[in-house]
Amino acid sequence: MSAETINTEKVKAAIEAAVRGCRVEILPNGSPSGQHSLILDNEHAVEAALFLRDNPELRLDYCSDVAGVDWLDKEVTEKVKVWKLVDGAEKEVEETRKSVTPGYLEAVYHLFSMEKKHGPVVLRLRTQDRGEGARVPSLTPVWRSAEFQEREAFDLYGIVFEGHPDLRRILMWDELKDHPMRKDYVAPPDEDEPAGAVAQEGGR
Amino acid sequence: MEQSEKSVQELKAELSKHGVFTTTFEEIYNWGRKNSVWPLTFGLACCAIEMIATTMARYDLARFGAEVFRASPRQADLIIVSGTVTKKMAPMVVRLYNQMPEPKYVISMGACAISGGPFRDGYNVLKGIDRYIPVDVHIPGCPPRPEALLDAFMTLQKKISEQQLTGEARPRHLKEDLPSEFTVPKYGEHGLEPPVNEEVWNPLKVLQ
Repeated sequence: MSAETINTEKVKAAIEAAVRGCRVEILPNGSPSGQHSLILDNEHAVEAALFLRDNPELRLDYCSDVAGVDWLDKEVTEKVKVWKLVDGAEKEVEETRKSVTPGYLEAVYHLFSMEKKHGPVVLRLRTQDRGEGARVPSLTPVWRSAEFQEREAFDLYGIVFEGHPDLRRILMWDELKDHPMRKDYVAPPDEDEPAGAVAQEGGR
Repeated sequence: MEQSEKSVQELKAELSKHGVFTTTFEEIYNWGRKNSVWPLTFGLACCAIEMIATTMARYDLARFGAEVFRASPRQADLIIVSGTVTKKMAPMVVRLYNQMPEPKYVISMGACAISGGPFRDGYNVLKGIDRYIPVDVHIPGCPPRPEALLDAFMTLQKKISEQQLTGEARPRHLKEDLPSEFTVPKYGEHGLEPPVNEEVWNPLKVLQ
C-alpha cells in the first residue's frame, strides 16, 4: 500500500486552529515508520474527531481499529545531590528519592482516509487513572466502526467510553468483575493442576 | 473365572464350526450399541474441521456405524468435544451433555478440549472439559488427524463392547444412585463457579 503518510505536526496545528481550547500533544514514534500519535484532551476529543473526519483536506473517514493500553503506576527513583549538615559541617550528600507516577489507561484509534488515500493518523485518549476515573469520551458517534472495539476495550481493560450507545461486555460474560487484559490481572488461583504433573495416581 | 470364560469362548468357537451360533444377551446388546453410535452435530473450533473430514468419503466414519450426526442431543449417543472450550461456552457444553439420553459417551478431541492446550494460561479458556463431564476417550493433537479420531472411536467401541450389564463393574448409567446429569457451571465474578465438578474431575497428582 502506498498510502501517503501524514505530517503529524500539520494535523496538530490544524486541530488547534479549528477547535478552540483543544490541547494536542504529539507522542513521537521512534521507529522507521514514524507514525507519531496525537494525544487529545478528553473535553475536546469528540469535536476534534469530527474535525478530522469532516475537514476536506484530511477526510479521515475510516477508523480501522481501536486498541486499549494499560500503563501501570510507575515508581521513579532518582539520585539527587543535597547539601546537608553532617557533624556540624555542611556536606554534599547523595539522596535517592522515590516518586510514583500514577498509571492510566489509553485508547488508541487508527484513522485512515478512503477518499484521500492517506493515513494513518493515530489518536490517543488517556484516562485520569486506572480506577474510578478510567473514563474517556466515546468516538463511536463519529466513527460507527469503533462501536464493537470500544466495547472490547471496555470489557478487557475497563475503560468507560462516555457517550457510547451500547456499552456492554462483548467477549466475557456480564457477571465478570475483572478486566483480564490489565497488567495486574491475576487469574483465579484454584483452577490449576500442580505444575509439571506427570504421574497419575489411581485410575481416571 | 478367567478359565471358565476361556472355555466358554472355546466352546462357542467349536459350536460355530458346526453351524451353531451362540451369544449372550450382553454381547449382542453391546454389539448393537457399539455399531450404531450416533454423534451429536457439535463442533467448537478447528478440531471440528478434522471431525467433519473424518465423516467424509476419504476417512468414512460411516464404516463404524457413526455417520448419522444428529442435530438434537435427544437423539445422540456421543458428544465429540472438538476444540477449544471457552469458559463462556462451558455451561452450554455441559447442558448439551445433560440433555443426551443414557447411555452416553464423550470423546475429548484435541489439546484444547483435554487440557486447554495453547490457551491454558489464558483467562478465557477452560482447562479441559473433564472438569465438568466424564470423558471416555481423550485424543491429544493440535488438531488430531482423522486417523486419530478413528482410533479414538475404535477405542470407544472396544470400551462399549466390554461393558457389563450387571455386577459392580457395570457402567455409570446402570447404577441408579449415580447421576446422569452434571452440574452446569455458572458465570461467576472471577471465573466459572464451581471451577471444577469434584465428582467428575480426577486431577493428576505428582508422585514422589
